[in-house]
Amino acid sequence: MLKQRIVGAPALRKEGQAKVRGTARYIDDISFPDMIFGATVRSRIPRGHILKIEFGDGIPWNEFVVVSARDIPGDNVIALINKDWPCLVDEQVNHPEEPILLLAHPDRHLLPKAVAAVQIEYEALPSIHSIEESERGDVIVWGEDNVFKKFLIEKGDVDTAWDQADFIVEGEYATGAQEHLYIENNGVIAAYTPGDGLTLWGSMQCPFYVHKSLVGLTGLPEDKVRIIQVETGGAFGGKEDYPSMIGAHAALLAMKSGHPVKIMYDRLEDMVATTKRHPSRTRIRTAVTKEGKLLAADINFALDGGAYSTLSSTVLSRGTIHACGPYYWPNIRVRSKAFATNCPPHGAFRGFGAPQSLFAIERHMDCVAHAIGLAPEELRRRNFLRPGLTTATGQEIREAIDLEHLLSRALTLSDYHAKRERFDRENAYTKKKKGIGIAAFFHGSGFTGSGERNLSSVAAMDATADGRLRVLVSSTEFGQGTNTILCQIAAEALGIDYEAVEIAQPDTSVVPNTGPTVASRTTMIVGKLVHSAALGLKQTLQASGSLHESWTTEEFCAAAKMHVGRYGKLYSSSRYEPPPNVYWDDATYRGEAYPAFAWAVYVAEVTVDMITYGVTVDDFVAVQEVGHVLNPVLATGQIEGGVAQGIGYALYENVQWERGRMTNGQMTNYIIPTSQDIPPIRVFFEEIPFAYGAYGAKGIGELPMDGPAPAIVNAVSHATGEDFKAIPLLPEAICSRLGLRHSVPAEAIAI
Amino acid sequence: MKRQRFSFIVNGEAREVEAYPIERLLDVLRDELDLTGTKEGCGEGECGACSVLINGELVNSCLVPVAQANATDIVTIEGIADGANLHPVQQAFLSCGGAQCGMCTPGMIVAAAYLLKKCSQPSPEQIREGLNGNLCRCTGYMRIFEAVEKAVVGSGK
Amino acid sequence: MRSHPAEYELVSPGSLAGVLKLLQREPGEWLPIAGGTEVMVQLSAGRLAAHRLVNIWDVTELRQITETTASLIVGGGCTFTQLREHAGVQRHFPLLAQAGSWTGGIANQNRATIAGNIVNASPAADSPPALLAYDAELELISANGTRTIAYIDFHLGYKRTALLPGELLLAIRLPKRFPGWFSYAQKTGARNAQAISKVCIAGVGKLREGRVEALQIGIGAVAPTPLRLRRIEEALLSAPLTENTIAEGRRILAREIAPIDDIRSSREYRGCVAANLLEDFLCRLAAFKEAA
Repeated sequence: MLKQRIVGAPALRKEGQAKVRGTARYIDDISFPDMIFGATVRSRIPRGHILKIEFGDGIPWNEFVVVSARDIPGDNVIALINKDWPCLVDEQVNHPEEPILLLAHPDRHLLPKAVAAVQIEYEALPSIHSIEESERGDVIVWGEDNVFKKFLIEKGDVDTAWDQADFIVEGEYATGAQEHLYIENNGVIAAYTPGDGLTLWGSMQCPFYVHKSLVGLTGLPEDKVRIIQVETGGAFGGKEDYPSMIGAHAALLAMKSGHPVKIMYDRLEDMVATTKRHPSRTRIRTAVTKEGKLLAADINFALDGGAYSTLSSTVLSRGTIHACGPYYWPNIRVRSKAFATNCPPHGAFRGFGAPQSLFAIERHMDCVAHAIGLAPEELRRRNFLRPGLTTATGQEIREAIDLEHLLSRALTLSDYHAKRERFDRENAYTKKKKGIGIAAFFHGSGFTGSGERNLSSVAAMDATADGRLRVLVSSTEFGQGTNTILCQIAAEALGIDYEAVEIAQPDTSVVPNTGPTVASRTTMIVGKLVHSAALGLKQTLQASGSLHESWTTEEFCAAAKMHVGRYGKLYSSSRYEPPPNVYWDDATYRGEAYPAFAWAVYVAEVTVDMITYGVTVDDFVAVQEVGHVLNPVLATGQIEGGVAQGIGYALYENVQWERGRMTNGQMTNYIIPTSQDIPPIRVFFEEIPFAYGAYGAKGIGELPMDGPAPAIVNAVSHATGEDFKAIPLLPEAICSRLGLRHSVPAEAIAI
Repeated sequence: MKRQRFSFIVNGEAREVEAYPIERLLDVLRDELDLTGTKEGCGEGECGACSVLINGELVNSCLVPVAQANATDIVTIEGIADGANLHPVQQAFLSCGGAQCGMCTPGMIVAAAYLLKKCSQPSPEQIREGLNGNLCRCTGYMRIFEAVEKAVVGSGK
Repeated sequence: MRSHPAEYELVSPGSLAGVLKLLQREPGEWLPIAGGTEVMVQLSAGRLAAHRLVNIWDVTELRQITETTASLIVGGGCTFTQLREHAGVQRHFPLLAQAGSWTGGIANQNRATIAGNIVNASPAADSPPALLAYDAELELISANGTRTIAYIDFHLGYKRTALLPGELLLAIRLPKRFPGWFSYAQKTGARNAQAISKVCIAGVGKLREGRVEALQIGIGAVAPTPLRLRRIEEALLSAPLTENTIAEGRRILAREIAPIDDIRSSREYRGCVAANLLEDFLCRLAAFKEAA
């Protein structure tokens, strides 16, 4: 077995040179001759009928291309899981900013005026704007009962456990919406000719998702729709489903106008009209012994899904499965529902339901510890999952994970005990109270249950005519390191230099369908497929006799070039095979939910300023077990970036709503941390190689999103002695709880 | 209104454009001069993705009407490298992983280069302050701080 | 970008005289644009009501900082970076330099001007509290000449100032009357940088034999205009700073300010934090021992 030279090393980002030079071309950097610009006319009300549309004065309407729902050749639907998401409003509006008409014109600057000049008369219908309103059912806005999806997970016998409990602890926890705020807004360019069909370039995560949606929308044959991902400036899940919508809009305008059409959102439109993280409400009731043994939990987990179902069922699924945390529950029941409300549909965002439910259980664990008089770390220690124990879905932990060790390590690295003791002593006398809090959690890598089997992803490798080796996948790069990691894996498997491997641009007419770039699956699952494809390619060359026992990179490329010259192509593909003994029942939600979990313990140290009630995170320790780390720089960057987003989620990012419309759609008013707000983020990895992941890797991208918020709120609660249960935890909320008591201690007052 | 003629030095080259005087310098750079390295992230001067240097000073080009850039010396991300040779900040961004999606990167590098010109050995606090107008959503800033510190060391004394 | 650039006129007379002549010829017609950190945001958002703008960024007469033995005269067109880096500002008016460091990120400090900050008259502007505490005077200029107005009289109401059509804010005159005084400024925003103030306060003061000899406090973001807290100053003059007198200061403050609920914060929070900041300032003043 050759020692790994490339995998495990900090290989430089494949497209790094272009990015640091500013030559990387994102969608708004691209223009075509004859290209015109598109814009979207959107609803101003949350729910109602459209009565009349008038085109106001002062705009040369005859120069415009106008598209309405009637222009859609196929189904007026952006198909995801269900088919309830209209591409354009036909008659009834179901959320503010819903797309109604599309306009196109050569002068980009004229479009905002034109959009503003379209006057729409509505007949308003009652609308609902919270989980509670939706649950009450006075107004039904979707289906029979406003419920997109529900799940039930049961294990053991919860109802008998209450009698055996020494303590029963209840709590209700809430998380708000979160905006992705990728620095690059959504944008696409579409071009159509009857001969070539439709081509769409854009900022996106999942070219084949877009492909499927546009085939249904346009009615074109599959081979007449071509989707190409271009350099993408951040996504975080926000470009998993939405590109199908903006892509459909550009496609319709291109088909009607006969010109290439670019639609580029500005920040305000992107914020108010596109998807966000689902807000959540979790109610937890737990039975525990006085020794701190968890006996049972009854968890009610609810998500606000917005106006259409889109991805809510899968977000709910993941949130439901993670709701129990990394603990052993002999008895547990989780009931979950995703509710419809009249705001733009919520969608995928890094973590995908798990940040919501893990926030609740991890905050709850501190509350339980407090109730029974046990230290928070001790309660966790006594209940961690271990090899041989089963999760809430009955999945046996088979990997050698040692959460107690992760916890101990995190506590040592953060100097937790000494600090906790010191803060407890000093907080009585200071205007800057300090706290330190823990979160322990896990995150399933890859699609849930039979998801990966259903995707049946394919990855390939080939060689070009001049002997360059290419990775062919539909997995996209949007900062997380897809290009780099997959080329590292391929180079390692082929035994050649990293620099000699390229990755093809994700173009549905060129690459196979490797599945979406989501769910922390790219390194682990797609990487494994690339590994297999690379091995197959190498074996082809070896079998044809053009490689000796060992080779240099030059020799390999020469052999590849010769092979292509002789046989016309050198190509190898690999299709996903599920690991053995993986059993999942979709109906009862029992079995192996994920092929692997990543595990983590995070510690946050905070200061709460009792004058301004502002919270600063002073230090952050992130310890995680993620399987084999294939690129330490990229992996560390993923954790740091995810922690920063988690800090924003906990303390800064507040989507303000007015009847379903985001009112603070500006970067001035939607606050993410700057360079002066972020603590030192100290990242530590443990590695238990996972046999079915590429070179032992597991998923890593979403894990860091789950831990920061509960760790921080636990720390703030420790610092202040107040029980906070909702995020974002803004200074205003802390002030409301504390400020009216005017607890600023009287230091240094002259007598 | 009519377009007017404006001329300036951009990345060392004399350039001339015809534009409306209130056009944002950002749009003139991107659309008229095909210098698409400078990005629009917000249009409000909050994110810094549009950062350039005008007469050696860091500014948000989305907030500068081209009329005010007339007869100035402008440096964009395309002018930071010295031909084939990367600026130490760019080199450090590569080796430290300072760029992920790359969208904030041009502005961030311009801001970092400006910081190092004003202060050749910035403290960690000064680095954080120097970059406080450049938002990054991917990195959490850690690799960026490391890259700036590395660029300081790499430049010698 | 939600405006059409073709619909805007932007002229550059290039000199103060040229600008003033234009403003006099068509008063109220031309909006001066300096660093653009306010106007250009409105342009991008499609909210710029004025379609005729006059460039004052290149008017060098507005960029001077003159120091005399008695005062510092800061040109209205000075940027916040200029203020932060000026030795005279740092030495004699540190709260103004501090306010400059709060105003947007570094790139915006290189463009935002002090006159813009004042004339734009946002109640949450960062420099007014310091200017109020420092007894600033404004020199206003038009084609007819100059006039001086105490800054405390400049703000008439929400986004209404004493600036007349045809006038520009030429300079801010700051009297050097605070050597050895205790000075304090705090801003609360949503984050540590690039944050619009939820409350901002600036104060200077000195004690003599344990009693307040002088006290000057400015506060922003808690009323339609920035406020000078004269009533508190008067109540505490000659008094010792004790728990009771400081509590009295808090009570007077509650009557002086009128914080609101808006997109950035709440009435309750602003009121509470304003009082906490006042108290913090007074406690620190009480403990302050001037360096010999």
